[in-house]
Amino acid sequence: MSEQAPKFKVTIDNITIEVPAGTTILNAARMIGGDVTPPAMCYYSKLKESGGKCRTCLVEVSKGSEKDPRPMPKLVASCRTTVMDGMEVKNITSDKVLDARKGIVEFLLMNHPLDCPVCDQAGECDLQDLSYEHGSEGTRYEFDRRKFEKEDIGPYIQLHMTRCILCYRCVFTADQLTGKREHGVLERGDHSEISTLLGKSLDNEFIGNVIDVCPVGALTDKTFRFKNRVWFTKPVDAHRDCPTCSGKVRLWMRGDEVFRVTARKDQWGEVEEWICNDCRFHKKEVKDWVIEGPSHVRRSSVIAQGHYEHTQKPHVLIDKVIGKQPVLKMDIHSISDVNKPEIDLSKIEGPAHSTDFEGNKLLGNG
Amino acid sequence: MGVKLLLEHAHVEGIRYYDTYRKNGGYRSVEKALKMTPDEIVEEVKKSGLRGRGGAGFPTGMKWSFLAKPEGVPRHLVCNADESEPGTFKDRYLMEFIPHLLVEGLIVSSFALGSNATYIYIRGEYAWIAEILEQAIAEARNNGWLGKNILGTGFDCEIYVHRGAGAYICGEETALIESLEGKRGNPRIKPPFPAIQGVWMRPTVVNNVETLAAVVPIINMGGEEYAKIGVGKSTGTKLLSACGNINKPGIYEIDMTISVEEFIFSDEYCGGIAKGKRLKACIPGGSSVPILPANLLLKTAKGETRMMSYEGLAEGGFATGTMMGSGGFEVLDEDQCVVRHTMTLARFYNHESCGQCSPCREGTGWMYKILKNIEYGKGKMSDIDLLWDIQRKIEGNTICPLGDAAAWPVAAAIRHFRDEFEWHILNPEESQKRNYGMAHYADPIHVPTVA
Ligand SMILES: Cc1cc2nc3c(=O)[nH]c(=O)nc-3n(C[C@H](O)[C@H](O)[C@H](O)COP(=O)(O)O)c2cc1C
Ligand code: SF4
Ligand code: SF4
Ligand code: FES
Repeated sequence: MSEQAPKFKVTIDNITIEVPAGTTILNAARMIGGDVTPPAMCYYSKLKESGGKCRTCLVEVSKGSEKDPRPMPKLVASCRTTVMDGMEVKNITSDKVLDARKGIVEFLLMNHPLDCPVCDQAGECDLQDLSYEHGSEGTRYEFDRRKFEKEDIGPYIQLHMTRCILCYRCVFTADQLTGKREHGVLERGDHSEISTLLGKSLDNEFIGNVIDVCPVGALTDKTFRFKNRVWFTKPVDAHRDCPTCSGKVRLWMRGDEVFRVTARKDQWGEVEEWICNDCRFHKKEVKDWVIEGPSHVRRSSVIAQGHYEHTQKPHVLIDKVIGKQPVLKMDIHSISDVNKPEIDLSKIEGPAHSTDFEGNKLLGNG
Repeated sequence: MGVKLLLEHAHVEGIRYYDTYRKNGGYRSVEKALKMTPDEIVEEVKKSGLRGRGGAGFPTGMKWSFLAKPEGVPRHLVCNADESEPGTFKDRYLMEFIPHLLVEGLIVSSFALGSNATYIYIRGEYAWIAEILEQAIAEARNNGWLGKNILGTGFDCEIYVHRGAGAYICGEETALIESLEGKRGNPRIKPPFPAIQGVWMRPTVVNNVETLAAVVPIINMGGEEYAKIGVGKSTGTKLLSACGNINKPGIYEIDMTISVEEFIFSDEYCGGIAKGKRLKACIPGGSSVPILPANLLLKTAKGETRMMSYEGLAEGGFATGTMMGSGGFEVLDEDQCVVRHTMTLARFYNHESCGQCSPCREGTGWMYKILKNIEYGKGKMSDIDLLWDIQRKIEGNTICPLGDAAAWPVAAAIRHFRDEFEWHILNPEESQKRNYGMAHYADPIHVPTVA
């Protein structure tokens, strides 16, 4: 009884696409891809009820639908608003959106500790990406930032509440993967905090996934803590026969050492398949895994900065949409020795060693 | 004397109890309504022009007609008795002194909407009132107005009182619904609206206490008669809780044909400004609505007398007008400091934000901190524009209207009292010792002649 869902035509930043009825504006934009896709800090397609909270994905609906062409009076959260037939949406073509988004980024950063130099998430942090792409250089906030004590939630996960942006993704993950309401939000307003029931540690075989869904460094893997920087490790896809989960993971390696195990993530930074704690925290030997090969990094991440061969950069639409070329705000190679452009990470035989980055001791081409 | 519909018998000895209430014509509307069809009742309410008394002023009949009625799915009526807006205390008076009026309104409305289980969500701090209500419900039940097969019509109805735990945000209808379900009181992301998916995902109507009480006179006198009281889209009577620097703070029922000036200065209502002081400013509809200086409060920007009605108070939009809101009428005399007052409100919204969405969670705290600096002589001139920009970035960008409610008072204070803010900043020491005072806030406004 497969009834074809009716198709709706929606135009986002002057690009028209047909999507099944019931699709959200954000997901329609993701189908177009590139710059017209609004940033999403709280929505997670694999988590029911997620989204609507961070407000980074706000867009302007300049035409409601073919039937009712009135524009919507306020900006709407694209992750929670479904398209109508004939709807016209403005994202990067709307000054109102860009202005509001700048404000949202400022709000999100206002109480953030900006301790990126000591944060394990640095290099793969959605908040870093967001502020780089949509924020301003400075802050107008002149007060003390909010602070919380670090807290261990279980033997493998550390909660660094000070860095949390209250996206609720971990709450939904804990609720939906573990079937219990033991991990949630205490208090209210700007003193809200993530915590577990009576501060109890969560012992559930899937709870480690909260680390992967966290867009910032608020939930980190204690077995990886301070061991390495993301951009010095090389992502490798691997699998094992796991009785609990699919066993399909991403290993973050350096030499023959497995530093970290995470789920594989798609181009939107979302986990493809949840993995179990055993795979994540206890299988840290190469012999535990069947290596498939270097991961395809489908985001412009810090890994891509290393001229990583398997990078697929998102296509640029900005010139089509507003007739301007994107501006490169900063070329990381001009200020950092890390990931030297002349070193082609993917050409190194096997995973990279730190010695590969030293001076001019380069491979063949150096 | 204006017309009294809700408080008509408020001063009758023993009106809180069933027998006296019944003797004074109580429960007549139930007898009448249960002989009508639910749709006819909704039609009467539509004709009455009644607008929601909880703050937003949405037409009640229209709200009722949006209620989804899927086959086999229970529907619910929820009475919003969370009343936590600073300056608003009218529902408290109704429930405390004439609880049967609310119970009566609830029975009629439940019948109209098909709700067999109706809830009163009352703020936890009204602990003794919850008991008064429960007693009234028990009395109504003992006399056959609640329970099974009411008046032999086959209609079953129970009313449950649910106590909140002291959060302003639980007055927002979807946060209230979450809280009623036993969850954290976070507002829901809309759509879906409660009329489609409310309590336990069932179609739900949420109405304010005063709105539901007003259904009683509407049924008794008929929607058309009710609509003749008042003016324009401000039909019927409205309860106002008046407070601040006035001679007679309290609850007043007005028909919305009087002027703001009459309401403040007449002996029948507030009785003028206390201690012979002068009127400086007023927040006429609860803490969320824009504050107005005396001159714009009494006269509109067009130079006309401002009336105490939905339209009258809103005349001029946010640039020079304000809102009826929830009817919390707060009067400030010449000795009051608008900066301090704005800071107090900012602290309230900061404290009450649920923290779900970033603009409200972070922005409310930021505004409060800046206002505190200004109030305590540590402000900078650039702070005023910064405040303006923060409120602008909160407004309209949040999940629920609490963000707007936090932004509006700050915006209005800067719009109309900017020089008072500047004076605070330029005179950091003097401003700790005395207030800016009356300044020009009551001076007649130059009205441009229209060609
Ligand atoms: C932050 C916030 C607090 C609110 N508090 C109350 C309240 O205490 N009582 C109330 O009746 N409505 C309150 N409201 C309005 C309700 O959301 C809702 O609009 C109202 O109960 C509808 O009833 P009405 O149509 O009869 O006015 C509040 C709204 C917001 C955004
Ligand atoms: S800990 Fe991380 S995932 Fe959880 S709410 Fe905070 S930022 Fe989101
Ligand atoms: S606007 Fe404020 S109170 Fe409303 S949902 Fe957002 S954070 Fe919560
Ligand atoms: S992603 Fe839409 S509001 Fe956060």
